[in-house]
Amino acid sequence: MQLMVDRMKPVYILNDNFITSLGFSTAENIAAIAGGAIGIRTMNDPVLYPNPVSLSQVDTAQLDQKVSDILAALNKNISPESFTRLEKFFIVSINDVLRNSTIMPGNHRTLLVISTTKGNINLLENRYKAIFSHKRLYLWELGRVIQHFFGFANTPVIISNACISGLVAVMTATRFLQSGAYDQAVVTGGDIVSEFVISGFQSFQAISPAPCKPFDLNRTGLSLGEGCGTMVLSTEPGPSAAQMIRVAGAATSNDANHISGPSRTGEELSWAINQAMKQALLTPKELGYISAHGTATLFNDEMESKAIGLSGLAEVPVNSFKGYWGHTLGAAGIVESIAAISSLRNNILYKSAGFKTPGVPEPLDIVTSNRPAELTSCLKTASGFGGCNAAIIYQKD
Amino acid sequence: MDRFITSYSRLHDNKVIVNGRLIFYQENIIKFADFIKTVFKQEQTVYPKFYKMDAVSKLGFIATELVLKDAKLAGYPGESVGVVLSNASSSLDTDLAHNETIRDRSGYFPSPSVFVYTLPNIVIGEVCIRNKIKGENAFLISETFNASLLHDYVSELFNNERVEACLCGWIEVLANKCDAMMVMVEKEDHCRNGGASGMKPMLFNAENLNFIMKRN
Repeated sequence: MQLMVDRMKPVYILNDNFITSLGFSTAENIAAIAGGAIGIRTMNDPVLYPNPVSLSQVDTAQLDQKVSDILAALNKNISPESFTRLEKFFIVSINDVLRNSTIMPGNHRTLLVISTTKGNINLLENRYKAIFSHKRLYLWELGRVIQHFFGFANTPVIISNACISGLVAVMTATRFLQSGAYDQAVVTGGDIVSEFVISGFQSFQAISPAPCKPFDLNRTGLSLGEGCGTMVLSTEPGPSAAQMIRVAGAATSNDANHISGPSRTGEELSWAINQAMKQALLTPKELGYISAHGTATLFNDEMESKAIGLSGLAEVPVNSFKGYWGHTLGAAGIVESIAAISSLRNNILYKSAGFKTPGVPEPLDIVTSNRPAELTSCLKTASGFGGCNAAIIYQKD
Repeated sequence: MDRFITSYSRLHDNKVIVNGRLIFYQENIIKFADFIKTVFKQEQTVYPKFYKMDAVSKLGFIATELVLKDAKLAGYPGESVGVVLSNASSSLDTDLAHNETIRDRSGYFPSPSVFVYTLPNIVIGEVCIRNKIKGENAFLISETFNASLLHDYVSELFNNERVEACLCGWIEVLANKCDAMMVMVEKEDHCRNGGASGMKPMLFNAENLNFIMKRN
């Protein structure tokens, strides 16, 4: 028997949270960037990395305090130190969305989707070997810890697809909700900065010595960041206007060109953008805003400008949030989606931090100061190692 | 609409099975690198980039070569083909190699050619480069082979008309132990010449994915 499925069934974002160096909630982060705060600093922490390095880090003292408070409030007799740094991110972020919604983790119709690139990779360091079991390095074990902490009935779906992981998690949840298999979903993504990741990106000479400058002529590479973002998705809208924004289109693609360098033409990202636009029934003229991947590496930003041009979106305002809190890897797609959705809710375009002088081959309308704008839709893009690209459209009802 | 598995490969315990036929078995190979190199040579594949790949990418690459030998991708635009893979240990095999390069602060030697493989989806990139595949891609992690999850994920790609054909599978390697399965999924109307691979197309469902995994 063929199950009748409504592919156009809308999927709404009911509420959200994200954590970066600039705050522990969506409201704190958005207030910080509205005030022009930058969370990227030169860190001189020999335990983390042998040399000083420019990073965006979540405040550890505040993180630990929040985890202790949550454990007390939930009457859980567990030491906060039985959780890894990344697990603490997930606990704080998911707790915040659950507290503010009616979603029931224990319901079999509630899906949990987790995205991360490296999970608890810091557990490879000697200092953690005596504290955590080797098993905790596996992403499914990280998923199990989160599932059991909140009592989710379903085993989480875990996505690890480089820097597009967060967007793949959102589209996976959306498609599974549209298939009729679930009614609500918690979609969460997180990654930490670690010696493992810093040393790798340093070996590529990809890390900027100063806060990154997406799309700028004088950009000198990316800034690594850490963070976590969580969204509650539902097939029913919420009562407030803020809860009537939906996932209107989504697609991924692959460059089939190089495992560590982006497409030379941008055609493949452009294809994913076009598929998402088509699904959302949007024409280029109707799109209000683009939240780009904008890592501030030479080649990523070049490729994105070409893709945006190819899709006929050169006149649409664009920003990158990475100038504020760096590249949060597996969290980035979700964190930046929530920031972009905040733009839609508040009808404000936030400036692309670090940008001064145009420095990409195709013209882009980069947002250079915070300004009001009547927005009904936005496009979020991401690209990553392995040649992957992703595009999602968020739209007001 | 029904979809079909039109070709498959299985690699584990020094065995290689394609569409139900054992095409390679050699006792006493201890290292994964030796096993996969021997299979690569037996297949007479010419692809120098193979030697630069990490273990997960080599395994996924060979598993795909074996599947596409009979079930040709010709006729599908690159954008219409998807790749959805999964495993249990992500890129841990290569993570440990990168970690070796940073264990000693006085002898730091991290290398981009190792670090780039510390993501599980790099194998998807390698498969896409080799076969000019440009469509949907995703890498999912689960503790053990999860046929329903793979089936549901790939089915949604077909339902959303994102793909016309899709490679899907399980590509697991850690510490010289490998376990791989790759299948080619196509729509009904592409199966009329289903005899080409020497295999009668099987309905694409979780039961058949589990059957291929366990019976081969």
